[in-house]
Amino acid sequence: MSLDNYLYLSAILFTIGAVGVVVRRNAIVVFMCIELMLNAANLSLVTFSRINGTLDGQVVAFFTMVVAACEVVVGLAIIVTIYRSRRSASIDDASLLKR
Amino acid sequence: MIEFVSPTLDYALLAPILIVLGGAVLGVLIEAFAPRKSRASSQLFITLATLVLSLVSLIRVRDRSSSAAAMESVTFDGAGMLIQGSILIISIISVFLLADQENFTALAAALPGSDEERASLQQDLRVTEIYPLTLFAVAGMMLFPVATDLITLFVALEVLSLPLYLLAGLSRRRRLMSQEAALKYFLLGAFASAFFLMGIAYLYGYSSSVTFAGIHSAVIGGSGNDIYLLLGIAFISVGLLFKVGAVPFHAWSPDVYQGAPTAVTALMAAATKVAAFGAMLRIFYVSFAEAYWQWRPAIIAIALITMVFGSLVAIAQRDVKRMLAYSSIAHAGFLLSGVVALSKSGLESSIFYLFAYGIATVGAFGVVTLVRDSAGEVTDLNRWSGLGKRSPWVATAFAGFLLAFAGIPLTSGFIGKFSIFSAAYESGSTAILITGVLSSAIAAFFYIRVIVLMFFKDPVEDGTSVVIPSIYTQITITVSAVATFALGIYPTPLINFIQSSAAFLR
Repeated sequence: MSLDNYLYLSAILFTIGAVGVVVRRNAIVVFMCIELMLNAANLSLVTFSRINGTLDGQVVAFFTMVVAACEVVVGLAIIVTIYRSRRSASIDDASLLKR
Repeated sequence: MIEFVSPTLDYALLAPILIVLGGAVLGVLIEAFAPRKSRASSQLFITLATLVLSLVSLIRVRDRSSSAAAMESVTFDGAGMLIQGSILIISIISVFLLADQENFTALAAALPGSDEERASLQQDLRVTEIYPLTLFAVAGMMLFPVATDLITLFVALEVLSLPLYLLAGLSRRRRLMSQEAALKYFLLGAFASAFFLMGIAYLYGYSSSVTFAGIHSAVIGGSGNDIYLLLGIAFISVGLLFKVGAVPFHAWSPDVYQGAPTAVTALMAAATKVAAFGAMLRIFYVSFAEAYWQWRPAIIAIALITMVFGSLVAIAQRDVKRMLAYSSIAHAGFLLSGVVALSKSGLESSIFYLFAYGIATVGAFGVVTLVRDSAGEVTDLNRWSGLGKRSPWVATAFAGFLLAFAGIPLTSGFIGKFSIFSAAYESGSTAILITGVLSSAIAAFFYIRVIVLMFFKDPVEDGTSVVIPSIYTQITITVSAVATFALGIYPTPLINFIQSSAAFLR
């Protein structure tokens, strides 16, 4: 099987994630879509690593996982705080700042 | 078989960043072990000492001939040194704003309006975590413009962003708005960094290297697949343009500027912009310079839209923090003309502009923290009318910063705008020059309208008052005001210094 197929898969996953961020309304789901985008990028990275025959791409993928974990910590902290004060994790409800 | 080589690190060149990170870790330890009473003062002391020490160590290595600080991952050169220095100076003066604890919540985890929150306010608790968070953010900002491989660039981007997401949610008043700002900043920031990472993947696919030098030689060699290069530049630009707040990736900035505690907004608006533009200049000047026909038209278009949009929408704003946010969007447009100039003078003028703009921004937000009523800061512009009659000094300082934003002669903004537009003109972008001057004129309109409002209208009697500034806020505003005018009247030494050292090593 051609390695290009992995790149197509990665592009499709990335697009699904990006569309999800734009259309979904629940902060947690939006956040999961962002994680999907990060993982799509990871898939591209390891595929390119295989195509190019260098290890750098795999190294980046490991860094991405660590960074994504940190993002989860910070992001969930923020979302949980919002949920506790509003009893809702919908990003449409959070509209005090729009004027 | 691939062999691993052990890295050689030049600790003297890395010292400025490492000192800031060390200070941040020390701050975390203090949070964990020091008694509550002594935290605020010791944290402030450590933060300031760290930043000053870092600046000193930066000055000590400024003439070093070697440039590779960490193999090909971190390169220390003249431009990097100047940008790091700007970030440090701006952070030092904005730390004084952070020190004014009136801006921050007493207990971040307490529900707004709950008994818990009331009790924490009565006990006079303080979130001293802001200091280590700030130091982590500053360390990320310092690493961002000197990173010369994509991994370091990505990690630095996250190190600078994550603490800022949290800081945005720590306001003392209007807690819900502040939390909302944190949520928006976080979701959109993470969205942008996903694009950034995809851009990294494509650039790696194009050049089979993650270093800037490797991408540069792949661009010159031209053997890679150009589609990957295009996608890579486009996606990486989305991430960077988001951080600098350029249209159409600006949507977060008015909301976040308004909702975040003003002291944090000051740091975010000034230092983050310097860091993001530093990284942007480096990657475009070093890696993509030879592929300019592929990205320059797009970046020019974005620069034009950003200038015009920022200036026009700012006119309609009724809130001073939102107005400053749109003005910072317009300034992002002006600064992008330094990126498209792709010349030494473009680089020099961008650095000068960033420094001057950053200082004036911190000062302007410093003034915003002073105008209050019983419920906290008053950001409604109508209630600022007549401020000049009640507190002439504060109003004069604010007017000075606004004039600097507008680019009126004798302020630092004029020198910055003049040099950046002439650099853009020299490189052949007449469109940028014309649009830039026109949108500066539009922008001058609303800056001057605020000045008229402050000085020539009668004060409204609704409890708005200017609080007596604490010594910390006084330092911030005075230093920024003096620097803004000094750089406007006598900019030669700084310009000479920038000209002698601003260069990117490839």
